[in-house]
Amino acid sequence: MALLELNDVVAGYGPTTVLHGVSLSVDEGGIVALLGANGAGKTTTLRAISSTVRRTGRVVFDGHDISSHAPENVARLGIAHVPEGRGTLGQLTVWENLQMGAYIRRGGVAKADYDRVCEYFAWIPERRRQVAATLSGGEQQMLAIARALMMRPRMLLLDEPSLGLAPLIVQEIFKIVRAINEQDKVTVLVVEQNASIALQASAHAYVLEVGRVVVSGTSVELQKDEAVRRSYLGY
Amino acid sequence: MLAFIQQIVSGIATGGIYASLALGLVLIYRAMDVANFAQGEMATFSTFISYSLIEYAHFDFWSAFVVTILVSFGLGVAIERLLIRRFEGAPVLTLLIVTLGLFTIFNGVTGLIWGYVFKAYRGAFPSTPVQFGGLYLNTQDLGVFAVVLVMLLLLYLFFSRTKAGLAMRAASLYPDSSRLLGVRVGWMLALGWGLASTVGAVSGMLVAPIIFLDPNMMQAILLFAFAAAVLGGIESPLGAVIGGVAVGIVMALVGTYIPGGQDLRLAFGLVVIVVVLLVRPAGLFGRAAVKRV
Repeated sequence: MALLELNDVVAGYGPTTVLHGVSLSVDEGGIVALLGANGAGKTTTLRAISSTVRRTGRVVFDGHDISSHAPENVARLGIAHVPEGRGTLGQLTVWENLQMGAYIRRGGVAKADYDRVCEYFAWIPERRRQVAATLSGGEQQMLAIARALMMRPRMLLLDEPSLGLAPLIVQEIFKIVRAINEQDKVTVLVVEQNASIALQASAHAYVLEVGRVVVSGTSVELQKDEAVRRSYLGY
Repeated sequence: MLAFIQQIVSGIATGGIYASLALGLVLIYRAMDVANFAQGEMATFSTFISYSLIEYAHFDFWSAFVVTILVSFGLGVAIERLLIRRFEGAPVLTLLIVTLGLFTIFNGVTGLIWGYVFKAYRGAFPSTPVQFGGLYLNTQDLGVFAVVLVMLLLLYLFFSRTKAGLAMRAASLYPDSSRLLGVRVGWMLALGWGLASTVGAVSGMLVAPIIFLDPNMMQAILLFAFAAAVLGGIESPLGAVIGGVAVGIVMALVGTYIPGGQDLRLAFGLVVIVVVLLVRPAGLFGRAAVKRV
């Protein structure tokens, strides 16, 4: 059954419409990739889900129609959006960032959750008191994922986790995203420009072009698709 | 020499008053980057409420104090929810004009309800001089200062140790990211106004026994509070208190040692603001934002 469903979603900024009727669905338990060129509407699609952009159309999450929910209420239903730019609370410490991640949870940061993110990101315990803005880009991306995990989300929306990071770090981050998906049973919708790594990590993928879904299928099929290969994989 | 030290001591005492009002300014500035011109008039309004409770409902001072604090908190929250909220995302200048409007409304309503006759206000602390090594201190000044320090400590604990305090800091610095974490940012701003209004009420109830109660009593003090807040770095509660004390001392010395200084106190308050903004815009305790590019 689909955990998240978008039905004919139109969204934009001011007078500019970016999404011209996007429909897609994400099954519970999977990793779905959203690919496309710059300006295709990938980020806007995630923002339409978390309600941080003006939109029309239907967005249904876990049976709830969240089309008119405010962003904080979408978050409270269990959708953790790691936005473009990672949403780092830069002037707060690493620990305070995690505390804010656990904001909607009763009793704050649960020990089990904290131990879990420290397993994924071993550097966190010794850097707890460091101001987040002074972390490296890769560390900030990891902190953003750790912060999202503190919400115990049912679904994780990741906006270009590879942006500006060295290839090795990108590999590591995707390895962790897969672990989160398998072990913590978090459904993942990931937006990527780096199509090859996204297709390796995901089971299903959608390709956006100028605000519309143009191709969708399993990631294995898309890797073989001639047009997708030439446009997005570059070989 | 003793006279000089005496002036410094009384400067510190008045500085406590400036500090308490400056704390309120800092709270709202931190929450929404706007100087609340109505801070003083809201404080006056609250002080009149406590006056009525004491004079007409025969509350003792501390019961009136507690009730006034609660009412002021609600008032601050209501102002944000009903009025300020409608200007969300508006330019700072717009918000500034709105707080100026609040200034005139509170001033007018206070005058309408309680009139413009100066009223004696019996405060929390008796005004008894105590001699201390040749210096004269006043129990009232000591009390005022103690209350200001307690307020500073409580605010510090609130912002650094509580979930709501952390969420308020996050919401004011990073509203968009905070929303994605489930924070009701609007209510955090309202909480900021509530706290500022409460802190203002306390400063009003501290100052009224010293200068008599009237609808305009906070206007001169507000300027010195602005000077204190700017000197302290406008975003730092500790800076506001230290700035308040510094401004208090400077004003006491100006009033004593500069011919005509007593009349020029307001002008010197303005001089402090201008000099700080020119020489060190971040103030004593303002920190430049940490940024990684």
